[in-house]
Amino acid sequence: MGCFGNVVDSVKSFQFRQTLSQLITLGLIVSTALILWKGLMCITGTESPVIVVLSGSMEPGFRRGDILFLSMSKDPIRAGDIIVFNIDGREIPIVHRVIQVHEPNNVKETFMLTKGDNNPMDDRVLYNYGQNWLQRHHIMGRAVGILPYAGWMTIIMTENPIVKYVLIGTLTLLILTTKE
Amino acid sequence: MHSFLYRANALLTFAITILGVVCAIASFTDNFNNPTPHAQVKVLNINWFQKQPNGNDEVSLTLNISADLQSLFTWNTKQVFVFLAAEYETPKNAVNQISLWDGIIPSKEHAKFWTHTSNKYRFIDQGSNLRGKEFNMTMHWHIMPKTGKMIADKIVIPGYKLPAEYR
Repeated sequence: MGCFGNVVDSVKSFQFRQTLSQLITLGLIVSTALILWKGLMCITGTESPVIVVLSGSMEPGFRRGDILFLSMSKDPIRAGDIIVFNIDGREIPIVHRVIQVHEPNNVKETFMLTKGDNNPMDDRVLYNYGQNWLQRHHIMGRAVGILPYAGWMTIIMTENPIVKYVLIGTLTLLILTTKE
Repeated sequence: MHSFLYRANALLTFAITILGVVCAIASFTDNFNNPTPHAQVKVLNINWFQKQPNGNDEVSLTLNISADLQSLFTWNTKQVFVFLAAEYETPKNAVNQISLWDGIIPSKEHAKFWTHTSNKYRFIDQGSNLRGKEFNMTMHWHIMPKTGKMIADKIVIPGYKLPAEYR
């Protein structure tokens, strides 16, 4: 017992306990964020429940830096819906409004044409060469809500990675050095 | 324990939480608005009506659109996006929706309007089914809020018919 007590004492003297508890706090914060994100993914049914508007093609309804909430319900997509879609072979998703819908009787498919509210032309110029319609597999989700300005931090961080590292560093330091 | 950074962090967290709650409340107040919009659409003329070389029917219309959408606006409304769509069924497609005209209404003062226009977007069928086709004109609106949930609704105006022959 005496031996064990000595070990504990020496561990205490290294402030091992405190460091451990702060590491756990950090882990808790990270995992809470992860749980929130994954939980939202389950509820909304889309792989990215929240996206930041990057372009002005939907001005003035959506401005650059606004956050959009997406959902992917079973309701069919209809004209007027604002959808987020990915053109095959391109990485950055686009947020535009559906202006034309054709839905065949016998096949479970939807043919859609989109346009940005602020663009003069429909999106056929954006689609791949020879592609006339968007189909279901292109769609990531439907915009259901908006939070203005909240995405600016993301835009700044993506465009200046240094800001991101400084911020993450400061936050981590803050959490680790905060004494309860 | 109460270092400057610690306090700044607590203040920022609190401020952002309050802002979020205010945004949610602002969006919630939209539920108390019961709008009573009106819309009228007249097809004044069939400008031309033909079959494209690829086999799809295309028609050009002159429209007279008048609407009063003032009641859609609340204090949380940034703009109302309004569009007119031709909607019809064909043997092949259960749903066909083709936007013919749209507009952005920036404020309540502009929400009572009328316009005389030919269709802004091309009215092309997916196939050749438009001769003698009966269709609905549907006035859709999409209320885009300053913050929170977007609200969409429509007025269906039935009883339009395209001519039986190309012209």
